[in-house]
Amino acid sequence: MDLDFTAAQDAFRAEARAWLAAHVPDAPLPSLETAEGFAAHREWERTLFADRWSVVSWPEEYGGRGASILHWLIFEEEYYAAGAPGRVSQNGINLLAPTLFEHGTAEQRARILPPMASGEVIWAQAWSEPEAGSDLSSLRSTAVRTDGGWRLSGQKTWSSRAAFADRAFGLFRSDPDTPKPHQGLTYLMFPLDAEGVTVRPIGRLDGKPAFAELFLDEVFVPDEDVIGEPGQGWRVAMSTAGNERGLTLRSPGRFIASADRLTALWRERAAASGTALRDRVVDAVIGARAYQLFTYANASRLAAGRPIGAESSLNKVFWSELDIALHETALDLLGPYGELADGAPEAPAHGSWAEGHTFSLAGPIYAGTNEIQRDIIAERLLGLPKGRR
Amino acid sequence: MRFLLDDEQREFGRTLNGLLAAAGTPAVVRAWSAGDTAPGRALWARLAEAGVFALAVPEEHDGLGPLPVELAVAFGELGRHAVPGPLVETVAAAALLDRLDDGDVMRTWLPQIASGKAVVSLCAPGANSPYALDADACDAVFVIDDDTLRVAEGHGKVQASLDPARRLARPHGGPVLGRGPEVIAAAAHAADVAALATAAQSLGLGRALLARTVDYARQRTQFGVAIGSFQAVKHRLADTLIALEFAQPLLYAAALMLATAHPAAGREIAAAKVSAGEAAYAAARTALQLHGALGYTEELDLSLWIRKARPLRDAWGTPSACRARVLAP
Repeated sequence: MDLDFTAAQDAFRAEARAWLAAHVPDAPLPSLETAEGFAAHREWERTLFADRWSVVSWPEEYGGRGASILHWLIFEEEYYAAGAPGRVSQNGINLLAPTLFEHGTAEQRARILPPMASGEVIWAQAWSEPEAGSDLSSLRSTAVRTDGGWRLSGQKTWSSRAAFADRAFGLFRSDPDTPKPHQGLTYLMFPLDAEGVTVRPIGRLDGKPAFAELFLDEVFVPDEDVIGEPGQGWRVAMSTAGNERGLTLRSPGRFIASADRLTALWRERAAASGTALRDRVVDAVIGARAYQLFTYANASRLAAGRPIGAESSLNKVFWSELDIALHETALDLLGPYGELADGAPEAPAHGSWAEGHTFSLAGPIYAGTNEIQRDIIAERLLGLPKGRR
Repeated sequence: MRFLLDDEQREFGRTLNGLLAAAGTPAVVRAWSAGDTAPGRALWARLAEAGVFALAVPEEHDGLGPLPVELAVAFGELGRHAVPGPLVETVAAAALLDRLDDGDVMRTWLPQIASGKAVVSLCAPGANSPYALDADACDAVFVIDDDTLRVAEGHGKVQASLDPARRLARPHGGPVLGRGPEVIAAAAHAADVAALATAAQSLGLGRALLARTVDYARQRTQFGVAIGSFQAVKHRLADTLIALEFAQPLLYAAALMLATAHPAAGREIAAAKVSAGEAAYAAARTALQLHGALGYTEELDLSLWIRKARPLRDAWGTPSACRARVLAP
C-alpha cells in the first residue's frame, strides 16, 4: 500500500500544470449556461483539444493520450487547482463516450468521438421525461421502426445542456409490449436541429437555461445512430449510469480546489468567524480529502482488475453532500455578501460561490437521486430487503 | 501508487478477526469490566502471539515494526471485537520508548511489550486526561508531565467510566526515566500513534455496530415486514456505511504518512481521528435507535460496543482538538 506517484506521473502532473498555467484564461469565462458563455466554453474545449488535454484518458486515435485513470485524476487535480473553466462537453465525454467505448461500433467511435473531443459537437443528455426521472423504466417516448432507421416521438425534459448543444442521446421505448418495463428500450442519438425537434429552454433555480425540454415529433434517426442492440437500451444505459455516479462525473480535484478556496476564505475571516464555522470549514476540508483518498483506492481497485459496482452509489451521495457543505459554509463565511449573485457589482471576488451554491443544490437530485442511491447502498451493499419505495 | 491493502495485510486482518471471533470477546469484556482481568490477559497473550504488539516495536528490540499500516489493520479488528484493556496505550508507550535515548529503558520494556508480557498504560499530554486507562491491570504506567517521563509508583482510586470496560485512575509518583525536549518530542509522537490506533479501533467498532444492526433489521419484523425494508431504516444504515467507508482511506493515508514521517502526518491523523470517531459514534446512535428498547439494555452484547463509541471518539484527541489541528497553519 502506498500513496507515492511515479516519476512519470509526477512528470505528467508538471506538464499539465505548466500547460494550464500558460493557457487558463486570466478572467473567468461567462457562465456556460448563457449563449455567450457556451460559445466561449466551446472555444476553450478547442484549445484543450489542440494540445490533447480535453480527453486525456481516451485512446490517442480519438484525440486522447491513452492515460490511466490515475493520470486522469492527476490532470483533474491540476485542472481545478488552476481555476480552469467548467467543461461544457461533460455530458458527451463522461456519459456518451464510455457507452460508445463499451457498446458502440468502430464506425460510431470514429465518427462521433473526435468532434466530441474538440468541442465541435456538444452533446446533451435526454434521459428524463415528465413522468420518468429516477424511475427511468417508466419512459414513454417512442422509437418506431421505419425504413433505414427509427422515428422518435414524445417528450424529454431536464435535458442538461440542451438549450445550446448540438446533439442528444437517450432512451426510447421501441417495443411497448414487453412483460417488464425496462425491456424494449433502445438507446439512440439525434441532432437537436433535426426536423421535428423543438427545444424549449428551462430556467434553472437562478434563471439560467441550464437545461431544456425537448418535444419530438416523428424525428428520423438512421440505424447507424442506435447504440447497442435495439431493445437492449436499458442494459446499455446502466453501464453509463454506473460511470456517471462512479469515478468520472465528479473528480476529487474539484472538491480539493473548493476546499482550498474555502480555507483561504476562512483564514481571511477567521477573527470574525468563531469555532462553529471553523469546524464546518474543517469538516469540508476533511470531506474533500476523504473523497480524494477514496477515489485513489477505487482507482487502485480498478487497476488491479476489480470492478466497481454499487459502490459508486457511495460516491454519489458523498460528493453531492460535500459539495453543498462546501458552498453553504462559504456563503455563511461571506455573511451579507454571500447573497449577492456572481457578477453583482459588490459580489465577493472569491470565485463563484453563489452560482456554485445553486448548482450544488442540484447534486442530490441529478444522476439518480440520493434517495435512490441510498436504496441501492442498503439493498446491494448491506443486503437489506427490497421494500416499497 | 497502489492505495490498497496488499494480500498479506488483508490476510493478517482476517486472521485476527477469526482469532477474536473464536475467543468470544463479550465474556472477556464483561469479566474485565467486573475487575477480573485474567481472561483479558490470556487474550492479550494470544494477540501478542499473532504479532499485534510487535508491530509497534522496532526489530532491534524483538519487534516487527514500527508498521503503522499493519497497526491500523490490527486495531480495526480489536475494535470490531471490542477487546478490552490498554491496547492503544501499550502501542503508544512502545512508540514513546522507541524515541528515547535511554538504552536501558528500551531494553527493559520494548521486548516485553512486543512479546505481550508487559501490559502498560500511558498518561500523556496528547490524551488531555488526568487518568491512566486500566492502571490497576497494568505492569507499568508511564506518565509524561511537561518534559519529564516517569514510571508511576501507584495510582489513586479506580473510577468508573461510562464504558465499564474502561477503568480510570490517576497515576502518581515514581522514578524519572527521562527529561528534556526529547521527551516532549517522543510524547507528541506517542500521541500520534495513539490517535491513529484509536481511530482504527473506532472504525472497527463502527463496522461491528453496523453489521449487527443490519442483521437485526433483516430479521426483526413490524407491521408484518422486516424493518430493514423501510426506507427510513435503510437510509439511516446507508448513511452509516458511507461515513465509515469514507473515514477508512483517511486512516490508511494517515498510517502511511506516519510511517514516512511526512510533514503533514499530524494533520492527516487528526482528520482520520475526527472522521472515524464521529462515524463510529453515529453508528452507535443508529444501532441503538434501530434496536429500539432492546438496544437500550445492558444484557444485550450490543451494549459492549455502544458504550465504547463515545469514549473512543474523545480519547487521544477530542473532535474539537482534532479539527483545530487540521486547520492549523
